[in-house]
Amino acid sequence: MHAITYESPKSLAQALSLLAAAGEKGRVLAGGTDLLIQMRAGVRKPDQLIDAKNIAELQVLSFSPQDGLRLGAAVSCCRLIEDPAVQQHYPGLVEAAGLIGSVQIQSRCSLGGNLCNGSPAADTTPALIALGAVCHVAGAKGARTVAVEDFVVSPGRTVLQPDELLVEFRIPAPKPHSSDCYQRFIPRNEMDIAVVGVGAAVTLNGNTCTAARIALGAVAPTPLFAKEASASLVGKPLNENTIAAAAALAQQVAIPITDMRGTEEYRKHLVGVLTRRVLGVAAERARK
Amino acid sequence: MASKVQVETTLNGETVEFLCEPRQSLLEVLRDVLGFTGTKEGCLTGDCGACSVILDGRVSCSCLVLGVEAQGKNIQTVEGLAQGDKLHPLQQKFLEHASLQCGICTPGFLVAAKALLDRNPNPTEHEVRYGLAGNLCRCTGYDKIVRAVLDAAAVMQGR
Repeated sequence: MHAITYESPKSLAQALSLLAAAGEKGRVLAGGTDLLIQMRAGVRKPDQLIDAKNIAELQVLSFSPQDGLRLGAAVSCCRLIEDPAVQQHYPGLVEAAGLIGSVQIQSRCSLGGNLCNGSPAADTTPALIALGAVCHVAGAKGARTVAVEDFVVSPGRTVLQPDELLVEFRIPAPKPHSSDCYQRFIPRNEMDIAVVGVGAAVTLNGNTCTAARIALGAVAPTPLFAKEASASLVGKPLNENTIAAAAALAQQVAIPITDMRGTEEYRKHLVGVLTRRVLGVAAERARK
Repeated sequence: MASKVQVETTLNGETVEFLCEPRQSLLEVLRDVLGFTGTKEGCLTGDCGACSVILDGRVSCSCLVLGVEAQGKNIQTVEGLAQGDKLHPLQQKFLEHASLQCGICTPGFLVAAKALLDRNPNPTEHEVRYGLAGNLCRCTGYDKIVRAVLDAAAVMQGR
């Protein structure tokens, strides 16, 4: 790896001034499970790493029934997965975080890092989109919020400016009879990158769906919010027919490529299968 | 050359100080700076687990941690498993079950298994297999490793 400098700011203000000073030459280090590999491969060549893990705001993990979940961008996946409130209220998020790499990787990796890495196949991003998560971004010129589905602009690139830092996600409190689910298809059980990943969250009133969000991973240059598919379910009973119709709409927005993990046709087929499955599981959980 | 940074950390229970370049991984520091060569270099991409160490109670790939990130942390390596001449039950059971052939993956497996049993002293076979999914072995076919970990857990539980 090329020579670098390393800073470990202890406050948000210190981090922002370091980022502003470093400009394009700086890069935020969270768990490092993507970044350090990319630097070794020469894919990313920052001169300075700014470690985000020792900033209190980026390690927040708190749930309240009124305000929902505050999830610091640098919270490790293992901490998220083990949190009882997250397990209870956001099982799809736990599923997504638990699919990333091995125990070794989950010890280090974070949802902020997963999103900022900008991979179209990031597992936690569709789960966050399904939950309607919002990114809170701090910057030298002020703070702003960005919906997770608007954060990644192309593979490896995000809306973050060089002087900005993703601080935390805010995830709305689940309404009564709501739940979520994330599933991905890979050819084995562990340690692989999604061929397709689908997240869904639904709210029910009786058997009528009052809110739904479906998100797709690994089938476009960025993770996708399947808007029409989601809207098609609202006001309708969740049954085999409405779920199949939503899955068909989700397939329409998927624009996958053919690569070694799967063909375009195969991935489109998987979007239909996984959308049906995650809606079924999310609905079953919401009924409990 | 970038200037070196002074880092203070706890390694297998003892305070150590070292100097490293910010670009150096914890793996490089352990092996080349501190001479703790039990931790092995495998893939350098976080896939094989040969470089596993326990960092503040969490098993991690030391190839994906910078040496400078170890500041103020508590690190356990394979060298910390045995108590003097007395092998850790995991080490003893790896020998008894012949859970190694070439041995390059063994320190990583021992460390990952230690981390697993620290959190879950009585795992099922399924939990052992998932807990060790981040460690690759090209010799044993894994079964002997899984048996050894289950047997060590039983011994440590007094069964």
